[in-house]
Amino acid sequence: MKKPVLEVNHLKTHFFTDRGEIPAVDDVSFYINEGEVLGIVGESGCGKSVTSLSVMGLVPNPPGKIVGGEILFRQLSGNNNEEDLVKVSKKRMRQIRGNQIAMIFQEPMTSLDPLFTIGFQIIEVIKNHQRISKKAARTKAIDLIKLVGIPRAEEIVDEYPHQLSGGMRQRVMIAIAMACDPEVLIADEPTTALDVTIQAQILELMKKLNREKGTAIMMITHDLGVVAEMCDRVVVMYAGKVVEEGDVRTILKSPQHPYTQGLIRSLPKMHERESRLYSIPGNVPKPGSITEGCRFAARCDQVFDRCYKEDPELLTLNEGHTCRCFLYQKEGEALHV
Amino acid sequence: MIAYTIRRLLMLIPVLVGMSIVTFAIIHFIPGNPARIILGDQATATAIANLEEQLGLNRPFYVQYFSYVFDLLKGDLGTSLRTNRAISTEIWPHLAATIELTMFAMIFAIIVGVNAGIISAWKQNSWFDYLSMIIALIGVSMPIFWLGLMQQWIFAQELGWLPAFGRGNPRDPVETTTHLYIIDSIINGRTDQLWTSFKHLVLPGIALGTIPMAIIARMTRSSMLEVLRSDYIRTIEAKGSRPLSVIYRHGFKNAVIPVLTVVGLQTGTLLGGAILTETIFSWPGIGRYVYEAIGTRDYPVIQSGILVIAFMFVIINLIVDLLYSYIDPRIKY
Ligand SMILES: Nc1ncnc2c1ncn2[C@@H]1O[C@H](COP(=O)(O)OP(=O)(O)OP(=O)(O)O)[C@@H](O)[C@H]1O
Ligand SMILES: [Mg+2]
Repeated sequence: MKKPVLEVNHLKTHFFTDRGEIPAVDDVSFYINEGEVLGIVGESGCGKSVTSLSVMGLVPNPPGKIVGGEILFRQLSGNNNEEDLVKVSKKRMRQIRGNQIAMIFQEPMTSLDPLFTIGFQIIEVIKNHQRISKKAARTKAIDLIKLVGIPRAEEIVDEYPHQLSGGMRQRVMIAIAMACDPEVLIADEPTTALDVTIQAQILELMKKLNREKGTAIMMITHDLGVVAEMCDRVVVMYAGKVVEEGDVRTILKSPQHPYTQGLIRSLPKMHERESRLYSIPGNVPKPGSITEGCRFAARCDQVFDRCYKEDPELLTLNEGHTCRCFLYQKEGEALHV
Repeated sequence: MIAYTIRRLLMLIPVLVGMSIVTFAIIHFIPGNPARIILGDQATATAIANLEEQLGLNRPFYVQYFSYVFDLLKGDLGTSLRTNRAISTEIWPHLAATIELTMFAMIFAIIVGVNAGIISAWKQNSWFDYLSMIIALIGVSMPIFWLGLMQQWIFAQELGWLPAFGRGNPRDPVETTTHLYIIDSIINGRTDQLWTSFKHLVLPGIALGTIPMAIIARMTRSSMLEVLRSDYIRTIEAKGSRPLSVIYRHGFKNAVIPVLTVVGLQTGTLLGGAILTETIFSWPGIGRYVYEAIGTRDYPVIQSGILVIAFMFVIINLIVDLLYSYIDPRIKY
C-alpha cells in the first residue's frame, strides 16, 4: 500500500487586492503518493499555479495569503514525521524548499538568473542544503547536467543561461530541482513554452527520473495529452476548486463531471475527422465572480435548476474516484468525503 | 573581457580628439581679438602683441591646434595668465580636493542610497519605504546651499562637532604628496591629521552627497522592485536560499545596472566641481579654481579646467561601461 507523501486538505489561498478578496484557490484537496505522478489539469486561470506556489510557500505576499487548510508533508525516506507546511517556520520552509520539495516553472527562458553561470546556479541549491566542498559540488553539478541529458557538460557548467536554448534551460531547471533528490517535484506546465519535439524529450526525462529515483511528481498542465503520457492519477480543477479526481484511466475513459467530459471532447482525435475542434463554450469565470451555485453552471451542457442555487460537494463515486456534480447526488442527500 | 577593454579604450581616441578640438576652440573662437578681450580695453598694442605671441595666436590655425595637442600629450596645459605658473602643477591640488570630496560624497550617497532603496523595495509599502522615499523626495528637491548652511549652523556652530570650513587645520598643514589629504596623512603616518581631514570632509560631503543619495535610492528601489518580481528570483527562492542571498546577491546584482548609470552621471557631475558647496565650505576645489579664472579672464586656465573636467567625465564613463560588461555577461559590444 502506497502512502501519501504530500496531502493538501481544504487549501484556501486568497489574494487581497484593491478589487477585493480574490479566492484563487478555494477549498482544494488532493494527495500525492510516494513515487507517483499526479496530474493537475484545468484551464488557464483556474488556480493551478497558485496551488503549487502555496505548497512551496512562495505565494507572493502581499497580496496573496493562505487563509485556510493544511499542507501535510511526510518525510517517507526519513523519520516519517508529518509537518503542516502552512504552519512551519520560514526557516524550516527554506530547509524543505529545493531540498525535499522542488519546483520547476513554466517559463524556462526567464527562470534562470542571467548573471550567474549554470554551474553556480546548480551548486547554489546543493550548498543551501548540504555541506560540500567546492570541488565536490562542481563534480556533482557536472553529473547533474549529464543526468538531464545536456551534452558537453564540462563546458556548460561555466556557461550562462543566454547561451542555452529554451529546452536546455528547462533541463538545467530540472537539474537544479533534482540536485538534492527531492521527494516531491512540482512541475508547473514545464513544457508549455517549448516546441513539440522538445516537449516530448522533457517529459521523457521527467518520466525517467520518476522511475529511477522514485521522485513523486505533481504535474501541472492543461494538456490532457501530457496527462495520458505521464500521470498515474489526475485532479481536475475548475475555478479554484477540485471538480473531479481519479486514476488516469478512469478520468480519460469515463469522465463523470461535465467539465472533464468537455475537456476530453476538446482533445483532437487521431482517427476521427471532425470538421471543427470542440471547445467548451465560454471562459473560466474570474475567481470570486460566482458566489452562488456551481461555478461551472453557466458553461455546463447538462445544467439544471439546482446548479444555480447550491454549490455541489465532492462526492465519492467509486473507490478513488470523486466528482463535484449534482448529476450524481440525489436531492437532500449530502455525501461527505 | 580584455578584448572588450582594449576596444573600449580605442573608442576613447575620437572622444579625446573631439574634446581637444572643443577646448581649443574656447580661446580661438572668442569673437574679436582674443588677446584684446583677455587683456581688456585699456591694453596697449604691445601688450596685445606680446600676449598673441605668448599664446601663439599669430600662427596659422592648424599649427596652433597641433602644438596645443602636442603640449597636452606632454602633460603641458599652458601657463596661467594671472599667476604665470604652469597650469598642470597649479590645477592638481584643486582637482585632488574635488576628487577627495566627490569620493566621500559618493561613498556616502551609495551606501545610504543603495541600502535604503533595497530595503524599500523589499519591504514595499512599509513605513520604512514611505519614510525613506519621502526623505529621498525632499533630498532631490532640497537646495544644497541651504542644506550646507543649516549643517554648518547646527553641527559646527551650535554643537561644535565638526569643522565648517576648509580641508584641514591651516596651522598644522598636511605634508602633501598626492594632495588627497586622506591618503597623504596615511602616507605620513599621521593619524591625527587623518582624523582631522576626515572630519573636514563630513559636512561638505554630506551636503554634496544628498542629491545623489536621493536619486540613487529612488533608482535602486524601482529597479529592485522590477527584479524582485522576476521569474528567476522565484527560482532562487524555490531553491531555499536565504533572503539576504535572494535580495543582495541575485536581486541587487540584477538591479545594479541602472543604478550604476546614475552613480556614474552623478560622480561626473560632482567632479565638475560644485561651486556653491565649495564656496560655502571654503573648499579649494576645481569649481572655484575655474570660477576665479573666469572672473579674471584667465582663458588658458578656463580652457584647461574644462578639459580636465571633461576628461574626468570620460574616465568615469569608461569605468562604468567596463563595470557593465563585468557584471552582465550578455553585454558584449
Ligand atoms: N499576484 C496575484 N495577484 C492577484 N491575483 C492573482 C495573483 N496571482 C494569481 N492571481 C489570481 O489567481 C487566479 C489563478 O491563477 P493561476 O496562476 O493559479 O492560474 P493557472 O491555473 O496556473 O493558469 P495558467 O494555466 O494560465 O498558468 C488568477 O485568475 C488570478 O485572478
Ligand atoms: Mg499557471
